[in-house]
Order: sequence, then structure tokens, then C-alpha cells
Amino acid sequence: MDLLEFARGPALQWAAYILVAGTIWRIFGIVLLKEKADFSEPRARGGLGAALKVIYTRSFTANPFKKATLYPKMLAYVQHLGLFAVVLLFVPHIMFFEGFLGFSWPGLPNSVIYVLGVAAVAASIALLVRRLTSPVLKLISNFDDYFSWFVTVLPLVTGLLIPVRPGFIRYEDLLAIHILSVAVLMVWFPFGKLGHAFLVFITRGTTGMVFERRGAKT
Amino acid sequence: MKRTPTVGEILQAKGVSRRGFLKYCATTASILALPPTMIPRIAEAIESARRPSVIWLSFQECTGCTESLTRSATPTVEGLIFDAISLDYHHTLQAAAGDQAEAARHAAMEENNGDYLVLVDGSIPLANPGFSTIAGISNVDMLRETVAGAKAVVAIGSCAAFGGIPGADPNPTGAVAVSELVTDKPVMNVPGCPPIPIVMTAVLAHFLTFGELPALDKHGRPLAFYGTTIHDRCYRRPFYEQGRFAETFDDEGAKAGWCLYKLGCKGPITYNACATTKWNSGTSFPIEAGHPCLGCSEPDFWDKGGFYEPLSTGNFDSGAKLAGAAAVGAALGAVAATAGRRRQAKYTKEG
Repeated sequence: MDLLEFARGPALQWAAYILVAGTIWRIFGIVLLKEKADFSEPRARGGLGAALKVIYTRSFTANPFKKATLYPKMLAYVQHLGLFAVVLLFVPHIMFFEGFLGFSWPGLPNSVIYVLGVAAVAASIALLVRRLTSPVLKLISNFDDYFSWFVTVLPLVTGLLIPVRPGFIRYEDLLAIHILSVAVLMVWFPFGKLGHAFLVFITRGTTGMVFERRGAKT
Repeated sequence: MKRTPTVGEILQAKGVSRRGFLKYCATTASILALPPTMIPRIAEAIESARRPSVIWLSFQECTGCTESLTRSATPTVEGLIFDAISLDYHHTLQAAAGDQAEAARHAAMEENNGDYLVLVDGSIPLANPGFSTIAGISNVDMLRETVAGAKAVVAIGSCAAFGGIPGADPNPTGAVAVSELVTDKPVMNVPGCPPIPIVMTAVLAHFLTFGELPALDKHGRPLAFYGTTIHDRCYRRPFYEQGRFAETFDDEGAKAGWCLYKLGCKGPITYNACATTKWNSGTSFPIEAGHPCLGCSEPDFWDKGGFYEPLSTGNFDSGAKLAGAAAVGAALGAVAATAGRRRQAKYTKEG
């Protein structure tokens, strides 16, 4: 078994098991917790509508903070939209998902993906520089922040190197390293701060429901 | 005593013009990535060389490699060059059989001890030597006996180079590659199912010119032919970059000649010269004929997932086991939540 076979086979297989088990573990562990008793008189029902509203409205910065957070917010948008396009709209990736989902969707031309991928890497680097240079951010950052950044950027970089074909490494070895870096990302995904990708909807939704019930403006 | 004719004399006798011969030498230098100054040296070496003795051993194989070589468009110069070697033993092509054939092999080994080349096609069964025998001699014994006095060994085709189809899972005969048994002689792999004819003759031309094997890659293949991937040299590559793919073998994309990646093409991980030298006198190669590359010149190509599965598809059985992983996750989550509820109750009581 060569490196590529290992990456495409057992590595990806076990990473997928850990990703699925870890994600459901985290979600169940939170959802099944006992709800805190609410002794205030409900001002509104605080149903699904309230949850969906906050999931949407919290995607944008509140007016008083707009100017102060414009730079990191723009970087975060470029990073997240770039990642979304690279992961879900690159044709070979769509074929990977089709392999186990059984259906596919239209992709973007490779050249567009390369541009978005480079933009996502550049935005990630800018965000890291900001984290390292801002005293407050530096103070509240821990291993999780830096490792999550690393495992997110690594597949982007290794993936973008594949079409470049650097002379020091063979195509199939680079492809194997790319897939292995994705496997590392999948394993870390549910347990670190990258878990926000699925927890964000639960936390925003819960906040929306609680706030509406208490009559707070959302 | 009868004088052995040189290769040059043989080519002349067969009507090959000086211009045609030099053209072949220039082509050989070019495909071996040698500088133009090497052309006269190649010409001189091939012209003056005595017919090198070659013993061709065929083990667990389908004869496709021999077919490839003999069905190369004739009469090409490279075909005649191959005629001009002294092919002293090849049990598919030779007229002799049985004891006479074995006597020819032994005679060639004795007369050219230390100088002859051994070409092998087919893998060697080790599970039971009786699985494949020639004149009552097992393949492994014949290989060991023959390579003892050889100058170098060339494994022709993917079976001899890597075990090939006989070595595919579950490998019932315990088939192994030549390089696993021959460790004390230079071994070069010329894989492919079958290999390209000019690759076989060009490496022999290199051997005649320099007296040694050309530069090899990590799989023992000549870098001149196996240095770049099919994908890198494929004329359909622009369609890959544009995201234009044939979805089926008869859709509009296939008719328009778009990239075959989605139909399982293994070109991106396959190192071979098909896309440049092509087949049938430079007519075409499999991708040009509308079929994805199978990756036949790579080790264990038969066991690397489905031929028609895209390369980016993971090689894992997802459904039931992923559902099992989800169930494990749910159970762990329930346990974590129960522990959390206990802590919540404790704090509420204390609070």
C-alpha cells in the first residue's frame, strides 16, 4: 500500500468515522443537557422563528461595531466564502462527496477556485497576523486557536500546490499529503474551535429563543 | 570462423537508408532526453555493436508484451533494430521447442557469459513453483539460473515489473516481481500493460550506446519515458482546467472530447509516455480513443479502486460503518449529557 492508497483508504475512512462520531457526540452532549429554569414571565413564545432570525441577523455586525470590526469581518468573509467554494464547488471535491452521498451539484471552473483558494489563504494569514499583533487577541488565544488555524490552512496550501506541480515532490505524493491534511482536519474538526461550523447554529438559535422569550431585542 | 555481422551491417542489408538510421538515432536521443551531440555516438555505438545476446523469459503473462513489440508498425527502424539483436531464446517466437530450446538458452548463456541481457515478461509464482513451468523447470529456478551470468535484467510489462494481474489481490499464485528475486544485478522496469514498443527498443539502444541502464525513477523505470504523468502531457488537459468533463461515454462532453477525469481517468497519477509517443505509429493513445487511462504502468494498478471511479473518490465503504460511527457518537453524547445533568442538578442544589 503506497501513501496515496493509505490516504484515500484507511486514513480517510477513520477520519470520516471520527468526524461523524465526534460531531454527533458534541451535538447530543449539548442538546440533551437540561434546560435552565426560566423564572421570568415569557414575553413571547420564543419558537423556531426566533431561532432562525438570530441565526441570520448575527451574520452581520451590529451598527455600533461596524466600523471597528470592518477589517477582520471582511477577512473572515473572504476566508469563509473561499473555503466554502473550494470545499464544495471544486469539481474533484464534488465527485468525492458524490462517492458517498450519491448525488452531485454543479461546480466552478478550476481557475475560479484557484483564485478563491489563494484569497482564502491570504485572508487566513492576515487574520493570523492580526491575532499575533493584537495584545487582546493574543491574550485570549490558546493552542486550540493556532492549531485550528493550521489544520484549516494546511489542506488549502497543499491543494493549491497540486496544480503548481513543484519539482521537488511527485504529484501523487502531494495529492496523498493533501488528502492526509484533510484527514487531520476532519479528526480535529469536532473537538476544537472548528466545531463552531455546526455549533454556531445551535448557540445562535438558542440565544434567539431565550432572548425573545425574555423580551430582549434580537 | 564465421564473423558476426554488426547491427549496422544488418540494417544495411535490410535496406535501411543512412538517413532513416540517423533519423532513428536522433529520435532515440530526443526521447531519452540526451543532448544532440549524443546522436553520432548513438549511431556509432549501434552501427558497430555486435548483435547483443538477449534471452527473453516469459512467465505468468498473457503474451501481450510480445504482441506489442511484434505488432509495432513494420518495418520501422526500431523494429529492425530489435531484429538486429540476437534474440537467442523466446519461447513464443522461436521455432525450437523442448530440449532444443533449452539447449539454445544454455548455449547463449555460455557463449555470452557476463554480457547478455535478460528480458522478462510475466510474474513469478512462489506459492507453488509448479503453478508455472517451462520444460519442467519452475519459473523461479529458470530466472535464477539465467540471470546468474547476465549483465542486466529488464522486466518488461507490469507483471514482471510489479506482479501485475497475477499478483492482484488475493494473489493466488504468490506472484512476485522480478526485482523481488533479482537483487545482485541491475534491474530496470519497463511497465505497461503492455509497454510501448519504442520504449523497449530505446532502452536497448541506450544500453548498446553507454553499456549501462538509463537513469531510473523510484520504481526502477527509465525517467526519460516515465518522468511525467499522462495528465501533464494530455491534450485534454485544458478541459480539466476549465471544469469541462465527460459525464458518460456517449454524452455531448464525450463527443466534444472533454476531460475524462469523471469517468475514472488515472492520468494524473500515471507516469508513462503514451500521451507523447502514442501507439500504432503515433496514431493515438487510449484517452484519444475516448477511454480513461487505467494507470497500467503503476504498481498494483489492478487493486487501486474501480477503473471508472473518479480519482478523487475515497476508497472506503461508507454507508453502514458511518451509521455505526454516528450511533457511537450518539451514545457518547448521551453519556456526556447525563453527566452534565448530574452536575447541573448538583449546582442547582448547592446554588
